[in-house]
Amino acid sequence: MSDRTDRRLFQPPTQERFGTKLVLGLFAVLYILLFLMTPLVVVFVEAFSKGVDAFLAAVTEKDALSAIWLTLTVAAIAVPLNTMFGLAAAWAVTKFDFKGKSILITLIDLPFSVSPVISGLVYVLLFGAQGYLGPMLDELGIKVIFTVTGLVLATIFVTFPFVARELIPLMQEQGVSEEEAALTLGASGWQMFWRVTLPNVRWGLLYGVLLCNARAMGEFGAVSVVSGHIRGLTNTVPLHVEILYNEYNFAASFAVASLLAMLALVTLVLKSLLEWQFGENIAAGHRH
Amino acid sequence: MLPGFGITFGFSVLYLSLIILIPLAALLARPWELGIDGVWAAVTAPRVLAALKLSFGAALIASVINAIFGLLVAWVLVRYEFPGKRILDALVDLPFALPTAVAGIALTSLYAPNGWFGQYLALAGIKVAYTPLGVVVALTFIGLPFVVRSVQPVLAEAEKEQEEVAATLGASRRQTFWKVIFPAILPSWLTGAALAFARAVGEYGSVIFIAGNLPMVSEITPLLIIIKLEQFDYAGAAAVGSAMLVLSFILLLGINMLQAWARSR
Repeated sequence: MSDRTDRRLFQPPTQERFGTKLVLGLFAVLYILLFLMTPLVVVFVEAFSKGVDAFLAAVTEKDALSAIWLTLTVAAIAVPLNTMFGLAAAWAVTKFDFKGKSILITLIDLPFSVSPVISGLVYVLLFGAQGYLGPMLDELGIKVIFTVTGLVLATIFVTFPFVARELIPLMQEQGVSEEEAALTLGASGWQMFWRVTLPNVRWGLLYGVLLCNARAMGEFGAVSVVSGHIRGLTNTVPLHVEILYNEYNFAASFAVASLLAMLALVTLVLKSLLEWQFGENIAAGHRH
Repeated sequence: MLPGFGITFGFSVLYLSLIILIPLAALLARPWELGIDGVWAAVTAPRVLAALKLSFGAALIASVINAIFGLLVAWVLVRYEFPGKRILDALVDLPFALPTAVAGIALTSLYAPNGWFGQYLALAGIKVAYTPLGVVVALTFIGLPFVVRSVQPVLAEAEKEQEEVAATLGASRRQTFWKVIFPAILPSWLTGAALAFARAVGEYGSVIFIAGNLPMVSEITPLLIIIKLEQFDYAGAAAVGSAMLVLSFILLLGINMLQAWARSR
């Protein structure tokens, strides 16, 4: 009897039988490939179903380009704002003690449990034509709903917790000793922030920004409510995908959708690289 | 004492209030212009009740499916070694990363009667796309990572010694799982399922393409809110939205309690 069969026949008491392992393993692999992976594959297959030329035409057409530009603009405003908030909130929450701290932490996570449609609805109720502030702002000539401002607000709402929730556990773990040492050695508040705090949290921060950006660029429900779907003006990439799809222009719809799928793939690759390379420097729970 | 508490705390609370709290307060305040009876009528209209039933029912089914398969996937990814494991592990986050509208049209294309899977399901007489079953499929797709990512770290950190002790004391592998491993991962497993449920209840983008959106049959609550908004029924939309929000709050409270339980072990 060879060594190999020997090992197979000996069943370690803290492991499942080989057959059980094989069945469970195969099932999990097939589940991921067939259920999670196929939607990604079908996007690219459908995107090129009418050939490369049709694909290129769909993604370089005027409305598509303005949708891409708008999505980039909205993310470029929403992500830095939420990053600033994340840093400020994490600093206040992790380096100091105050009453109501756990309430604040819970409230930061709140947008994750709110439906995207409600995230858009709240701004319509505030700033819409029949909203609380809408008529007043209208007289001042300020429009929020059906404009880029509305899209930005709705996007900030849905991506609100991403950076903060990465930084809070990380900065909690790191404590205050390094910052205190910097201050004792004569550093100013800003010097301490730039030279101690920021370098300590940079990978966790990048991780949060990455996820925040992916969601900001891909958000659909919330922006759909406030957008008004004005082509070339308030149409982000996901909304453009919907319009093309509802016009039965499937190949073009999937072509534009494939840009978002690429974004998702790049995000996943960067996210995995961060986890593998800097797992220790990202908040607990992402360590691999 | 470190500097910067005043400004960071002040900015955080101000930003939180302007972006999240005041808008949510506006939502909760709005329905009451209908009067209490009006709000009740708006929330209990048959079409609204059917939508709530579908949203919560399909979310419940999807989170039960995800609880089972998520635990299995987490187990395999933590305990077994095989080539390509890291890539599969990264793929689990695909439903998080893929924008919901993209997931929606992709799932519709797969499960439509002429799609890759739909054509075979049609032979078996099963219709997925444009039925409530399609809603369950979409919600199952977006929910899986919640369970896997909740269970994985706990499973990885569980002490192997305890399992060895159980085996030494004569427990079978099955007994060890149910009496040693399962109680240890139970809180995080439930947390993951609850998170998946909370996300599924409010989900919009990945569902509306595959649902068919037939009133009373396959119309989800978020879509009904949008329809009411398009009819300029602001108060009605706010009433349904508030009902969903209150239910989400209760859910969030439950999740927090589960997490506190998980931490206390």
